[in-house]
Amino acid sequence: MSAAMALPRQWPKLFLVVAAGVWFAAYQLLLPLSEALTNLLPVERDTRLGGALQFFLYDIPKVLLLLAAVVFVMGMVNSYFTPERTRALLAGRAEGLGNVLAASLGIVTPFCSCSAVPLFIGFVQAGVPLGITFSFLISAPMVNEVALALLLGLFGWKIAGLYLVLGLAVAILSGWVIGRLHMEAYLEDWVRNMPPARATVGTDTVTLAERVQAGFAAVREIVGRVWPYIVAGIAVGAAIHGYVPEDFMAGLMGKDVWWSVPVAVLIGVPMYSNAAGIIPIVEALLAKGAALGTVLAFMMSVIALSLPEMIILRKVLKIPLIATFVAVVATGILLVGYVFNAVL
Amino acid sequence: MKAIKVLGTGCANCRATVQRVEQVAKELGVPIALEKVEEIQDIMTYGILATPGVVVDGKVVHSGGVPTRERIAGWLGSGAEPVASAASIASSCGCAGRG
Repeated sequence: MSAAMALPRQWPKLFLVVAAGVWFAAYQLLLPLSEALTNLLPVERDTRLGGALQFFLYDIPKVLLLLAAVVFVMGMVNSYFTPERTRALLAGRAEGLGNVLAASLGIVTPFCSCSAVPLFIGFVQAGVPLGITFSFLISAPMVNEVALALLLGLFGWKIAGLYLVLGLAVAILSGWVIGRLHMEAYLEDWVRNMPPARATVGTDTVTLAERVQAGFAAVREIVGRVWPYIVAGIAVGAAIHGYVPEDFMAGLMGKDVWWSVPVAVLIGVPMYSNAAGIIPIVEALLAKGAALGTVLAFMMSVIALSLPEMIILRKVLKIPLIATFVAVVATGILLVGYVFNAVL
Repeated sequence: MKAIKVLGTGCANCRATVQRVEQVAKELGVPIALEKVEEIQDIMTYGILATPGVVVDGKVVHSGGVPTRERIAGWLGSGAEPVASAASIASSCGCAGRG
């Protein structure tokens, strides 16, 4: 085994320090490098094509670097929060604080939309209240590391932070409302008839070196899967930056267009895209005069609500409960959009 | 002969798990009886919280994410690996494109 391979396994702490140093150095070098590269190309920097190229050459490595770092850290964090442990933390919680806890755990617990059903049943079986289960199920896909990394890279930390806080708020409130509606009768019968399960946590002895390996695995899997979407999204974004006139979007998605928020949500719900493809395009729209609230609402509805997810959930929920779920979450997102457009 | 069941509703990770188990068993020359459990009601009787899950000789040994080749080899070799909740540490998502 070569030295570079041995480092993360044998001295994981040292590896983390070295990796962080190398990462920061690479990040600092990006802007000068992209400028230098653009200058090497036979196009003028001040032309539209030059501007689009520089944006493309700077943003792709920047976003991929940020994504790799965030996914790596989240891969390590995920190894502390297994679904079993999260379930044990939530079983028998009172509503209110339980919703807050569930939404927060939704960020750090590894989650996959194809595991939504087993997770849902497992939670309900172990006595996690329905509303709290929903808070978790709404926050887990919506506030995810890929979305946060992209927002951080393309919009800056303020908007990434806003998305995090508002995503949590939508998940907490929607879950709480669904809990208040007492819709347990709208679970499919076979789910209600499942024998109750005890929420137990297996003993785990995961070493730091194994967590580092989990981080690598997450980067391989997630970055390996989403990078083509990011490159395509940034290419479209760069074209919009270079060629679409300023304020073009103001008339369609601007602040003064009251109907733009509901339309953005309506378009967003059936769309099934991942954060990776949608965020770079949204960033370019924002630069061309679209309002931030409208854009955030669109992004949240694309990521949080999707047709395939409804179809999966149909196996465990009856239609009135699915409809309520969509209506409550869409209303929350709508509120986020309007509040933002009004405040900013 | 080891009886192996892969629990999963047919997502990309589930298919990858089935393939990898078959491959590792072939390489090691261990005879296995592989079964796919795809109905969610049947899957839930095993009490897992994330798919894909793997059951070896009636015992759940893994849930969430595609297991590594080393772990599969471990199940096929001794078959006595403890049920580890640490199993889910590599459970990032491989299904159609979320996140």
